[in-house]
Amino acid sequence: MEKVMLKPEDKIFKNLYNELGWEINSAIKRNDWKDTKNIISKGREWIINEVKTSELRGRGGAGFSTGLKWSFAPQEVGSRPHYLVINADESEPGTCKDRDILRFEPQKLIEGCLIAGYAVNAHVCYIYIRGEYIKEGKRLQDAIDQAYKKNFLGKNACDTGWDFDIHIHYGAGAYICGEETALLESMEGNKGQPRLKPPFPALVGLYGCPTIVNNVETIAVVPTILRRGGKWFASIGKPKNTGTKIFCISGNVNSPCNVEEEMGIPLKELIEKYAGGVIGGWENLQAVIPGGSSMPLLSKKICDTITMDFDSLIKNKSGLGTAGIVVINKNQDIVSCMARIARFYKHESCGQCTPCREGAGWMWRILDRVAKRKATFSDVDLLSDVTKQIEGHTICAFGEGAAWPVQGLLRHFRKEIESRCREEPLIKKKIDNPYLVDQHLLEDKNA
Amino acid sequence: MSLKKVHSEQPKEFKFSNENLKKAEEILKRYPEKNRKSAVMPFLYLAQRQNNNWIPLAALKYIANHLSMPYISVYEIATFYSMYNLAPVGKHFVQVCTTTPCLIRGADKIVKLCKEKIASSENTLSKDGTCSWMEVECLGACVNAPMIQVNDDYYEDLNEKSTIEILDSLIKDKPLKPGSYRGRQSTAPEKKQLKNGESHA
Repeated sequence: MEKVMLKPEDKIFKNLYNELGWEINSAIKRNDWKDTKNIISKGREWIINEVKTSELRGRGGAGFSTGLKWSFAPQEVGSRPHYLVINADESEPGTCKDRDILRFEPQKLIEGCLIAGYAVNAHVCYIYIRGEYIKEGKRLQDAIDQAYKKNFLGKNACDTGWDFDIHIHYGAGAYICGEETALLESMEGNKGQPRLKPPFPALVGLYGCPTIVNNVETIAVVPTILRRGGKWFASIGKPKNTGTKIFCISGNVNSPCNVEEEMGIPLKELIEKYAGGVIGGWENLQAVIPGGSSMPLLSKKICDTITMDFDSLIKNKSGLGTAGIVVINKNQDIVSCMARIARFYKHESCGQCTPCREGAGWMWRILDRVAKRKATFSDVDLLSDVTKQIEGHTICAFGEGAAWPVQGLLRHFRKEIESRCREEPLIKKKIDNPYLVDQHLLEDKNA
Repeated sequence: MSLKKVHSEQPKEFKFSNENLKKAEEILKRYPEKNRKSAVMPFLYLAQRQNNNWIPLAALKYIANHLSMPYISVYEIATFYSMYNLAPVGKHFVQVCTTTPCLIRGADKIVKLCKEKIASSENTLSKDGTCSWMEVECLGACVNAPMIQVNDDYYEDLNEKSTIEILDSLIKDKPLKPGSYRGRQSTAPEKKQLKNGESHA
């Protein structure tokens, strides 16, 4: 069954590769800022309903309904102002979609900010961009300045009667700040450690005020949805999994790339049509991480038939996440690959909750031991146990993000892991085993 | 959480330059009057840029005073976030992404080259003092893997040959241009497709 490709006219990000120019004048030629005043004049209720009709789900990883999220903001502004915060802290390994929007389609994001800001009663928007994206941040600032010059932002923005300002705030290399409450903490000038929810940011967010936090891609598609109608967006993809999505295909493929496609496109088609196929051919495929490093990997058998949307991936005990697809072929040592991901989480844990802070290190050390063929059989059960101790026992979803990839590895590659284990615990053999020592003492050597 | 060493030799004083004082004022305008603390991260960046890409303790104290924050809160933030350098780094500061998507395309070979060309261990200045390198986590350019960041710039689609050229150019203090080293348009699929991954590191 060959699926019809996304029609070129249905692509939202026409300048994803900067073939047409990022400046505001080229963006206007591509219909950005067209009818913005008219859209806003239709009112809050219409905008939120239209976004609900489109069934747009957040593109940052969790896949929560965007229209619903906006409707959680208080209808009337009370004593505290409302804020809109854009999460551009893209740090999930395997994901690099927001970077292209920031540098090549910034006007889509800026226009989306104005519309979303109006819809949730916010006059001020902060864009929290990861610190490493210095060039992208400068580009975005240039784009914002261009929008100010055309009076699309500022007092009476775009002649809508709504005052709207956008400020950029740089992160500084902490993955955890992609979690919305950690991001707010970071913006307030604290360490990026997540808050307990509830209360949710929509009621108590930045500076204790009602705040809506959205991903870059989510906001950037909103203007096109409102221009072409929620029904148009909902007609693309599958029910409850609608619209287009930017997929990032990296790893062992012949032509790694970003591509905008329909939700629910088969994974195999995506890899073969756009990314030039798996290196060594489809039969050489070992596993695929479908949605950024936090999502459990899929075995080749599942990859043969899986479609890329929220619900079918959940059915296969994984998730769409950020749609960062990492392809791993049979030339790679799968345990080392996952041990490296475990090391990532060990490095990035914010240290607030004990299960995550300690458990992430445990998972890395055990996997590293397996990769080096120094683990025992009991280690495998211990590893499985540690993942269960982390999952569900932390303030934020980072715990799950760290535990799930390891659980996925155990689910699909348990035999591979066990084949590398020794029977007897090492300690009985009196082999010098650094892993029995507290990790911090060895940080210099191992970190 | 990253483990950081504070430099052993610290300057006694730190003050924002006049230019940075103006920038600091602009930054403060972005946040509500009673939330001046929000400016601590941008201020740390200003200090880092002013002081050859690392932040001395005196700057932490200065910023704490400037924003009426306890010194320890500023210290906490400077140590929590990995991009604040609390010890000198090279004029050309090479950060090699080694997270899985880069790793499976040969980031380990780039690390090896850094060890050979710059210094045998991370965060150590090269002999002539111009370069230093470190391994970092995902830099968000996964479809252009393997890649390195040198100061503000991304060098993408590397292999061993191009990495050697780039590192040599840094050592000679004449950095090559950033961007893709396979001549591709940003993150687009390549028209001339590679077979069997012959061109990555």
